[in-house]
Amino acid sequence: MTWVIQAILSFLAATGFGIIFNAPRKMLFYCGFVGMTGWLVYSVANELSGDAMQASFLGAFAVAIVAHIFARRFRTPMIIFSVAGIIPLVPGGMAYNAMRHTVENDYITAISFASRAFMVSGAIAMGLVFAEVIIQLVFRSAARRKKTTIT
Amino acid sequence: MATVDKEMAIDCCLLAGRLMMEAGAETYRVEDTMERMAETQKLSATHSFVTPTGIIFTPGSPHHTKLIRIKSRTTDLEKVALVNDVSRKLSAQEYTLEEAYARLQAIEKANVMFPLWLQIISAAIASGCFLILFEGIWSDVPIAIFAGGVGFIIATLMQELTKVSFFAEFIAALTVGLMSFGAIHVGLGTELDKIIIGSVMPLVPGLLITNAVRDLMAGHFVSGLSKGAEAFLTAFAIGAGVAFVLSF
Repeated sequence: MTWVIQAILSFLAATGFGIIFNAPRKMLFYCGFVGMTGWLVYSVANELSGDAMQASFLGAFAVAIVAHIFARRFRTPMIIFSVAGIIPLVPGGMAYNAMRHTVENDYITAISFASRAFMVSGAIAMGLVFAEVIIQLVFRSAARRKKTTIT
Repeated sequence: MATVDKEMAIDCCLLAGRLMMEAGAETYRVEDTMERMAETQKLSATHSFVTPTGIIFTPGSPHHTKLIRIKSRTTDLEKVALVNDVSRKLSAQEYTLEEAYARLQAIEKANVMFPLWLQIISAAIASGCFLILFEGIWSDVPIAIFAGGVGFIIATLMQELTKVSFFAEFIAALTVGLMSFGAIHVGLGTELDKIIIGSVMPLVPGLLITNAVRDLMAGHFVSGLSKGAEAFLTAFAIGAGVAFVLSF
């Protein structure tokens, strides 16, 4: 499937979530943009490495970085942009498969899907944390540089 | 400054905190906002303890510690942005305390949600998009759009009827599962798994998950764990609803 279609669809999906979560009207476009970035990073990484965990980490990382940049720029809480962007990365498919195999009494497969879903959610959390730390370091050093030039 | 003004400042902080928490902000942001607002009003040595179900705020002697209960929690990101804006303007001295308090009360009363039909349409479209993103096939898209939209309507209606969000999500997921199963049975759809995954996405507790992670890493373990528990219960309700259909 072409990247253009994926980009358009992920943009639409993230904007839709912006509307469901009642994001401010002016920010809806940027919510969609964050969602699109996250999804494209995720799917490119997934294509290259074939590892959903790495891809989810990179996707969440990209979402959080872009969300932080928008948050600084528009002086709004970062959460407005990150929520819509994170949703496509949530391992819904794996959780569903785990549930399905549990219901069918195939516990071995269910546990393997469940642990993968758990690891992927952990990777998403790590992506968010890393982005937060890096952004804080970058902005702190930028602020310090500004202060020294003023004085 | 007179004592009356200080009491007003305390009430103002608490109102801002409650509004943000009810709209679904992160706990550490709520604490940060309240302490910033208190600082601009010359309240020294304030402490706030924010949890998803209540806020305790101590403005230091001679004022009393106040507790405020948070009864309902929804997702309303615009309200978070609006309250944040008021606190920013109060800190920058663009607003006086009276103006800020009046503005917060106006925000509390105002209903800034998008109309319900628009939310339903967005949920439906998002479901359709997710079906393709998760490598579904285009001929299944109409069913995913329909099932996703109806699932969202059911979730909203049941939420208003019963006030128990887990039950609402269970019923919504059950409906989504039944509709997808029915569509496959009639011959309209082909891939049951993909349709269900796509249409269930609008119900996924995305905000709770993100908030829980950010709270935990900011060191707010009480709120982080309770939000995580809420997210887990919601996910479990959705899973149980789908599993109920699959087990037949």
